[in-house]
Amino acid sequence: MMMKKLGLALAAGAALLGAHVAASAQEQLIPSMVYRTGPYAPSGIPTADGFHDYIAMLNARDGGLNGVKLKVEECETQYNTERGVECYGRLKAQGGTIFSPYSTGITYALIDRAGPDKSVIFSMAYGRASAMVGQYFPWVFNAPVTYWSGASAAIQFFAKEAGGKDKLKGKKIAHVFIDIPYGKEPNPVLQNYADELGFKLELVPVPAPGLEQKSIWLQVRQMRPDYVFLTGWGAMNAVSLKEAAAVGFPREKILGGWYTSQDSDTVGAGPAAKGFRGLTFHAASRDLPLLKTIKQHVTDKGMASQNGKHMGEIGYLRGVLNAVFTTEALRTAQAKYGNKVMDGEQSRWGFENLDLTAAKLKQLGLEGFIQPIKLSCDNHQGEGKVLVVQWEGDKWKHVSDWITPENQKLMPLYLAGAESYAREKNITAQNCAKS
Amino acid sequence: MLYRESGQFKTSYPADQAIFTIKQDRWFFALLMLAAFVGIPLVATDYLYTALIIPFLCMALAALGLNILTGYCGQVSLGTGAFMGVGAVAAWNLAFRVPELNLLVVLVLAGLVAAAVGVIFGLPSLRIKGFYLAVATLAAQFFLPWLFTKVGWFTNHNSSGVITVPRMTLFGWEINTPMEKYLFALGVVTILALAAKNLVRSNPGRRWMAIRDMDIAAEIIGIRPIVAKLSAFAVSSFFIGIAGALYLFVYLGSAEPDGFNINLSFQALFMIIIGGLGSILGSFLGAFFILLVPIFLTRVPPLIGLDMSTAAIAHTEVMVFGALIVFFLIVEPHGLARLWQIAKEKLRIWPFPY
Repeated sequence: MMMKKLGLALAAGAALLGAHVAASAQEQLIPSMVYRTGPYAPSGIPTADGFHDYIAMLNARDGGLNGVKLKVEECETQYNTERGVECYGRLKAQGGTIFSPYSTGITYALIDRAGPDKSVIFSMAYGRASAMVGQYFPWVFNAPVTYWSGASAAIQFFAKEAGGKDKLKGKKIAHVFIDIPYGKEPNPVLQNYADELGFKLELVPVPAPGLEQKSIWLQVRQMRPDYVFLTGWGAMNAVSLKEAAAVGFPREKILGGWYTSQDSDTVGAGPAAKGFRGLTFHAASRDLPLLKTIKQHVTDKGMASQNGKHMGEIGYLRGVLNAVFTTEALRTAQAKYGNKVMDGEQSRWGFENLDLTAAKLKQLGLEGFIQPIKLSCDNHQGEGKVLVVQWEGDKWKHVSDWITPENQKLMPLYLAGAESYAREKNITAQNCAKS
Repeated sequence: MLYRESGQFKTSYPADQAIFTIKQDRWFFALLMLAAFVGIPLVATDYLYTALIIPFLCMALAALGLNILTGYCGQVSLGTGAFMGVGAVAAWNLAFRVPELNLLVVLVLAGLVAAAVGVIFGLPSLRIKGFYLAVATLAAQFFLPWLFTKVGWFTNHNSSGVITVPRMTLFGWEINTPMEKYLFALGVVTILALAAKNLVRSNPGRRWMAIRDMDIAAEIIGIRPIVAKLSAFAVSSFFIGIAGALYLFVYLGSAEPDGFNINLSFQALFMIIIGGLGSILGSFLGAFFILLVPIFLTRVPPLIGLDMSTAAIAHTEVMVFGALIVFFLIVEPHGLARLWQIAKEKLRIWPFPY
């Protein structure tokens, strides 16, 4: 009797270990690694919703991608590296090919597995900046921008505010950042610009998770910087804005990176956030034609994730952009390999040859949302552009033109980062000319 | 009936002092080793290796180390995550700066570095006990990741502070597929578990247990507390350091200093509490329970047809897991290892109830 129960339990356990819900043959599985719970859920939920809704819109409006239905499979990572690795394994076993981990930590853990597993790691505007050098990272893409190009855009915006790059000489720019790898990423680029343009760079690290910042902002106020670049994450952002307001530091001098300026951060800071400016790499208006299309085909039919609660927020739009890149890469691959389910190699080819021209964007209903972008074997970032937006209390307003990061100038830094990785791993660069 | 030891006579001291004195135990262990070294590589998939089995081995080793300190010597420590970090960073630095070193030598040296650090942070144990010592070891948990972030040398001045492991080769055998990584980790863990078992059965182990049970009486009969406690910290940190190095090299492949945070320390502590304090087997059972049961729980709703959102599944898993912990601690406060022990005792007289 006991043995029978034990045997049944063992069999159930074995079944649980290996079983999974797979997509059917004619469905392309789109992995969605999300964090709807955990400490960063306020940022993760809108993004997951946007990702889901755009793909639901494609299925509803177009019947999928050229007849191939798309199936979004979510897996909860809680922004935890171990869970992220487990989710990756699970979704890979179900047939996923393009993975967006939404976490620099998980991205780093997956970069090494990408090649042997034939998985595309798409770390949109986060992750390892030097992965844009496609020859060393053939399976990793970080379009349309990286943290380094974001830093470049920030300096250019400050220069514009000052009246020209030469006017930055002698000024003081502070970088307030959360003391984790994500926060430290822009530092080399900022230092490079400081050496070139002659301004003084002050680095102000905030110990994670950054809930206590009184002394930090008193320190910043004492420094009297002309501009402050803020690279925060999660709960730190709202606290930064509130503490800056509490010590009387003018909000107009602060510019946030893209994961510092999301609705979850500004809503949390309340009135202290009004007038706060941030970077973004896509349009941030609630009146985009794209949102109207999603509303028409998905939200009004009750198929939206969480009934479109976060529709139009910056986080939501980011999820949509991620879905746009993912599906357009698959569509590009289908143009070469046929209208069927794409595998790892084909998905990678699709990403590497992704070319979203202005005409194509208009055709997809994405005009105004992003700028045209083209990826290539040696450039996995593309020449993505950056926009500065300002929080009005209930929505974001564009307050600049599209800024082009100076990627040519940053190329030596990218190459140095990529080559140091190649040295550590003892890998040789791919030859781009042949592919 | 199955587990009777009547008829088995030992004719030499070594035979009597073996770890497995009963023939059935030896058979069971041989089968277990066969299953681990041969059976699992035949049937397991890459997902099982990378997401379940390899992290289980790494955390089981860390739990083993912590069990030596807390279970056998009675010194509560919340610095496990930091010591894993020390082992990982030390191993990475050795592998990166001295590439000619053999991988096993790298692991042992990393363990020794972690042992040295463990001794330093174990010094408070000579003056304070119990929960107060746990708080003192928290100092290690917060200081060490801060140190790795601040001093760029530890991470080779990488802009983001993330370290990624180089290619691993062992005597010409290149370790890059999940199965090879699993076999390497399994070999290391098996050898270290054997060493731990022998340590706790012999004089050092008896000294530790004496300190745990009544440290004043132990001191009176001649066991020097400074030697016993610091050696416990040293050996424990050695194991935990190697576990951290394995965690970096074989499991994740890359790590940020912030990744060795207090959650790892809590995880290891819960593993030994649930698994059984003062038991080698308990470390493995606890690691299995704490690490793998939550993953199983997240798999259940889709399999039984429940259509829940991932957020709902995550919340439910936390609740069910918490309930399971409460249940097991009520049913058997001494942990899963005690349940196993009771099962073996019952097997001796099976099918009779007493």
